[in-house]
Amino acid sequence: MHKNLVDALLPTGALIGALLLFGLFVWLGGVSPVETWVLLFRGAFGDWFSWQNTLTRAAPLMLTALCVALPARAGLVIIGGEGALVLGGLAAAAVPYLLPLPGNVAGTVIVCVAGFVVGAAWIALAGALRQYRGVNETISSLLLAYTAIAIFKQLVEGPMRDPATLNKPSTRTLDEAIRIGGIMGSDVHCGFVIGAFACIALGLWLALTARGFSVRVVGGNPRTAQLVGLPASGLILLACALGGGCAGLAGAIEVAAVHTNANASLIAGYGYAGILVSFIARHNPVAIIPVAILFGGFGAAGSLLQRRLGLPDASVQVLQGIAFVLILASEALRGVDWKAAGEMFRRSAMPREVPLNSSTKPT
Amino acid sequence: MTNPTDASRRRTLAQLSAVSLATLSPFALRLAAAQKPLTVGVIYVGPRDDFGYNQSQAAAAAELKKMPGVKVVEEENVPETAAVTKTMTGMVKQDGASLLFPTSFGYFDPYLLALAAKETEVRFSHCGGMWTEGKHPKNTGSYFGYIDECQYLNGVIAGHMSKSKKLGFVAAKPIPQVLRNINAFTMGARSVDPKITTTVIFTGEWSMPVKEAEATNSLADQGVDVFTMHVDSPKVIVETAAKRGKMVCGYHVSQAKLAPAAYLTGAEWNWTTAYKTVVDAAQAGKPHPNFLRGGLKEGYVKMSPYGAMVTEPAKKMADGIKAKMLAGGFDIFVGELKSNKGAVVIPAGKSLKQTDPALEGMNYLVEGVIGSV
Repeated sequence: MHKNLVDALLPTGALIGALLLFGLFVWLGGVSPVETWVLLFRGAFGDWFSWQNTLTRAAPLMLTALCVALPARAGLVIIGGEGALVLGGLAAAAVPYLLPLPGNVAGTVIVCVAGFVVGAAWIALAGALRQYRGVNETISSLLLAYTAIAIFKQLVEGPMRDPATLNKPSTRTLDEAIRIGGIMGSDVHCGFVIGAFACIALGLWLALTARGFSVRVVGGNPRTAQLVGLPASGLILLACALGGGCAGLAGAIEVAAVHTNANASLIAGYGYAGILVSFIARHNPVAIIPVAILFGGFGAAGSLLQRRLGLPDASVQVLQGIAFVLILASEALRGVDWKAAGEMFRRSAMPREVPLNSSTKPT
Repeated sequence: MTNPTDASRRRTLAQLSAVSLATLSPFALRLAAAQKPLTVGVIYVGPRDDFGYNQSQAAAAAELKKMPGVKVVEEENVPETAAVTKTMTGMVKQDGASLLFPTSFGYFDPYLLALAAKETEVRFSHCGGMWTEGKHPKNTGSYFGYIDECQYLNGVIAGHMSKSKKLGFVAAKPIPQVLRNINAFTMGARSVDPKITTTVIFTGEWSMPVKEAEATNSLADQGVDVFTMHVDSPKVIVETAAKRGKMVCGYHVSQAKLAPAAYLTGAEWNWTTAYKTVVDAAQAGKPHPNFLRGGLKEGYVKMSPYGAMVTEPAKKMADGIKAKMLAGGFDIFVGELKSNKGAVVIPAGKSLKQTDPALEGMNYLVEGVIGSV
C-alpha cells in the first residue's frame, strides 16, 4: 500500500516540479506563470474540445510505444518503430493496387492487417539479425528505419504515385468506404480505441499468460531461460513481431483515418516519440496509455499556448524536456528505504560527540 | 518577433477571455460579432524565423497585425497530420478566428477541405495553387506567386558574376514548382552566356540541413561559384556557400544578413499583397477571393536589393528585364526550348504566358541543367 503510494507520487511530483520550473522559466521571460498554467490545463484537458485534441494526438503514440515496450520486455532495445510505421502505412495504401477491396469494414480490416504484417516483418528482421547474426538490434532497427523511409519515398514518388498529385507526391487515395472515421461523431478516430485496446491486451498477455511470462523470463535473463528450456530466439522474434506489428498498424491507421493516402507527411516522427513514451512508462504496456495521453496533452496545450501567449513552439518542448528528465530522474528515488534515509539524515544533523581526550580544542 | 512582454499580446489575451465568456450565450455572441475584430489564424509548418518560407509568411502576418480591426493568432511547427486539423479547429473554436491562412502546401488536402466543408462560415486561404473552380468550396481559396520571374533575374545576375561559368542549385524535390525555378534560373544565366551550366542536387526533403550542407560543399568542390536554392530554409546553404568563399542568390526572403559579403540578390515572396486582399474582402463582407496569383507586376514577389559586389552591367541587364516584366512584356518560357535530354519541350514560335496551365505540370529540366528529374 505504502509502496504503491510512493509509486504514484513519484511521477506526479516530478510533473508538478516540471510545471513549477516551467513557470519560473516563462516568468523570467516576462509571461505570467499562472496564466501559463491555466492555459496549459485548458488546452490539454479543459473541455471536450481539448480532450478530443489530446486524445487524437495520443492515438498513434500508444501503438508506436508498444513497438519499443514489447521487445524491451524480451530484453531488446528497439528504436526503429518509425520504419515499421511508414512501411505499415505504405502497405495499407498499397493493398488497393494489388486486389479489389470490399467497400466496407472488411476492407478496413484488410488494410490494417496488411500494415500490421509488414510492420511485424520489419522489426522481426531486426530481431532476427540480432539472434542469428549477432547484429546490435538498436543500431540495426534505427538504420532499418532510414531504409524503410527510402523505400517509402521511392515507391510513393515512383511506381505508386498518383499522377494527379503534382506538387505533393502521394499514392492513390483510399476509397471513402474503407477509411476510419471518428468515434461517435467526435474527432477522435478509432485508432485511439485500437491503441488503448492493444495496450491493455498486450499488458494482460505479458502479465497473465504463460507465453507472456516466458517473454519476460527471456528479457530478465536469457541464459536462465535457455537453461529451463525456453525457446529464447523464438520468443524474442515474437515480441519484436508483435511490437513492429503495432507500429505498422499505427501507420495503416494514420493512412486510413488521417492522411487518406500515403505521402511524405506520414513521416512525422511518431515512431521516435514512441521511444520516449515507452521509456517513461517503464515499458509497461498499460502505463503507456496515460503517458501517451500526457504526451498528447503537451501537444494540445502547446498549440493553445502558442496562439494565446505568442510563445514559440520551442517553449513547450522545454516543458516536455524538463518533465521527462524529472520523471526519469525520480526513478532513482524508487525503492529508497525512506525510514533508513531519515535515520541517516537525523544522525548526520546531530552534534558530533567529541571524545574527551581529543587534542582539538574548542575555540 | 516573438517578444512575450509585448503589451498588445496581454490585451489580446484579455479580449480573448472576454470573447470566450461571450460564447456562453449565443445571443451575446451575435452582439459581439458586430463589433468583434476580425480574427485571423496563420499556421506555419516550420519555425517562424527560419530565414525561409515560413518567415516569408510570418512577415505578411506581421503586416496584418498593423491593420485596424485585425487580430492575428499564430502557430508554428504544425505538421501535415491530424495536428493541423486540431490547430485549425482550435483557432476557430477557441480563438474565434473567421479567416485562416494555413500556409503549407500539404495542409490543403485532406485537412483544409474536410474542415471547410464543416465550417462554412469560415474563410480559408491556402498558399499554393490548388483551388479549382467547381471542384473546391467557395469559402476556400489559394494564393501563390510567379517567383520564377525572380529566379530568372537571379540567373541573370549569377550569369554575370560567375567566373567558373558553373552555377549550383540545391533543390528539395523534383516537382513542377521546383523544376520551374531551376529552369528559369538557368535560362536567365544562359541569356548572359550560353556556355553556363547549372548543376542541380535534389535533397529529397523540404528541410534537411545536413543534406543541404553536403550538397553545397559537393557543388563547391565541383567548381560551382554561384548558388541558389529551393528548400524551405536556405539558411544553411547560404552560410555554407559563404564560408566556402562562393556567392549566393537567395530565396523566399532576404538572407543578406547571414552573408552580406556573398549575397548577390534574391527571389523573395511578398505575401502581404495576397493577405491584404483576402482580409479586405473579409472585413468588407465581400465574396472570398478564391484564386490569387501574380508575379512582379502584381506585387506578389520581389527582388532583394543588390549586394555591393554586383557589377554595373549585371544590374543594368537585370533591371532592363525586370522593367519589361513589370510592364507585362516578358515571357520566360519561349520556344524553341529543349530539355537537357535534347527533346523539344516548347516548339519554335510558341511562347507560354505565366498563367499557362502547361507550366503547372512541368516535368523536365531545360538545356544547360546538369541533373535529372
